[in-house]
Amino acid sequence: MSSEYILEVEHLKQYFPVKNGFRTVPLKAVDDISFSIKPGETLGLVGESGCGKTTVGRTLLRLYQPTSGRIVFDGDVLFDSENKIDVKMQPYRKQMQMVFQDPYSSLNPRMTVEDIIGEPLDVHKLYSSKGERHDKIIELMETVGLNAEHATRYAHEFSGGQRQRIGIARALAVDPKFIVCDEPVSALDVSIQAQVVNMFEDLQKQRGLSYLFIAHDLLVVQHISDRIAVMYLGHMMEIAESDELMDNPIHPYTQSLLSAVPIPDPETARKSQRIILEGDVPSPLKMPSGCPFRTRCRYATEQCAREMPPFTDRGNGHMVACWNK
Amino acid sequence: MEDYKYILELKDLHTTFKTDNGDVCAVNGVNFTLEPGKTLGIVGESGSGKSVTAYSIMQILADNGRISGGEVLYKGENIVDWNTRQMAGFRGRCVSIIFQDPMTSLNPVFSIGYQLKEAILLHTDKKKNEAEERAKELLTLVGINEPEKRLKQYPHELSGGMRQRVMIAMALACEPDILIADEPTTALDVTIQAQILELMQDLQKKLGMAIIMVTHDLGVIASMCDEIIVMYGGRVCERGTADDIFYSPSHEYTKGLLRSIPTKSNSKERLVPIGGTPINLLNMPEGCAFCPRCDEAMKICLREKPEEIRVGETHMAACWMNIKNMKEVAANE
Repeated sequence: MSSEYILEVEHLKQYFPVKNGFRTVPLKAVDDISFSIKPGETLGLVGESGCGKTTVGRTLLRLYQPTSGRIVFDGDVLFDSENKIDVKMQPYRKQMQMVFQDPYSSLNPRMTVEDIIGEPLDVHKLYSSKGERHDKIIELMETVGLNAEHATRYAHEFSGGQRQRIGIARALAVDPKFIVCDEPVSALDVSIQAQVVNMFEDLQKQRGLSYLFIAHDLLVVQHISDRIAVMYLGHMMEIAESDELMDNPIHPYTQSLLSAVPIPDPETARKSQRIILEGDVPSPLKMPSGCPFRTRCRYATEQCAREMPPFTDRGNGHMVACWNK
Repeated sequence: MEDYKYILELKDLHTTFKTDNGDVCAVNGVNFTLEPGKTLGIVGESGSGKSVTAYSIMQILADNGRISGGEVLYKGENIVDWNTRQMAGFRGRCVSIIFQDPMTSLNPVFSIGYQLKEAILLHTDKKKNEAEERAKELLTLVGINEPEKRLKQYPHELSGGMRQRVMIAMALACEPDILIADEPTTALDVTIQAQILELMQDLQKKLGMAIIMVTHDLGVIASMCDEIIVMYGGRVCERGTADDIFYSPSHEYTKGLLRSIPTKSNSKERLVPIGGTPINLLNMPEGCAFCPRCDEAMKICLREKPEEIRVGETHMAACWMNIKNMKEVAANE
């Protein structure tokens, strides 16, 4: 069954129980977010640390059990809290994979590269003979630009950029349709970052992959994404086409986030006016009432304190959650 | 007071670390000058020697590291041979440093107030109650509200941005002439990073200190610095004003670096990465450190280290391409 979207998420909530003294209170890591991704599209997900962007990625792959909401992948409902649907994920893991942030801790130091990349093949029994397994691994290594002779080496023998390539090869091993990339270039040096970003784009073209690209570096996200979603304290603030979002941000949080990005160009840097946000992100355990951003927002009114603004379309799929803009 | 033009000058600085695999020359002949009240940016990838250069100035290298050559001139005086006591007076009062990770550079078992007062009592002859007042003053200076309450708090009770503010307050306790900031905002979120950068610029205006900004982020460098040094493999590739470096880069590495970063204007184009992997300092090439990854590398690049030559009024670069171009120009004339 095919559909317009490869992934649809509706009203997804992910709460974690946290002990606070004698009481257990919910930490609302992701609170009521909805979005969708088309086949072959990259959705960038940005936000500050603690805003829940990584949790979204992990919940989609069901590394966490969602609290409520609905997840539809390629026409199949994977999770629906209202209709009590909760499918077994094993067969779907062949189609959804993940690349992790830290290429140092996400690879087992006791396994050779061959075994790391071969593990998903073993789990899903994707080969009929040992020779076929080996050939597949070599092919994958070449796809991501690794020297096939290095198959018997251990992860620590590689540099950061090469390790990230191993992580990508592992994700590609099962030939997925959708990959969650959780800050895949944040730990890399600038010159290596460009190599890996290019590779993500090439793989997408060759294999028609869809990405959820989670990162905090807005310039990288803008480069790789078709659309960008901005999160703050577990809530979705704005989603738009990437150029639209960069040129015409509507939400006050997006505006200040964009103005805070240091631009590598002295002339623009001298001219630009930064919107400096006051204070820090509130603790997710002491979430402000109404709009979570109101405590740092220049435009905050009484209405913002009373109610969470609805997530509405402002034309051409530019969705914003704000009362005043 | 003697006459000096530069508050700090590095002449051919070498720093070596002893390791089991042989000596590693992490800083290999670094020259630069810093005028009072200016901001100097040192930019480079991990392992380029940018942090080690900063630590060498402060002489806070690890046990196996030492300055193996060159001079560090503070107000015209060479401080490399100073003894421990002289250096103790130098650190904090003349030059202070703030580190990347404000979580690990504050002591978790002492209160903010204790740690701030420690710095004040150690470096000035203020009495205890005066130190308390000064600590409050400093916290207000770096934009922390309710300083009395904060003095009694412990590092874990503060957010990352707050902790970095405390670190800055501590570094400014004795009003140093130079503040070295080693990746001060790398561990922080963009909106907090903007706050801290703004604070540093404000404080520089108020107190008139010079800042040395060590970072890998070209964006931070562009918005903060008057002068920039680009380092690769322990050597200086290029130095000049911000405009020199960003608008007329004259070293292949700087050019590659600028091409490889995504910007607002090139979002539809493919990025042009620098090929290969970062250099291994144990296995340095004989010639230019960058030549194994350089697209324009010539035979001479493999054999000989390029000299630093002047390519503009304020602009120096160490690349054979410039020397070749200059020779061609001379020949044509």
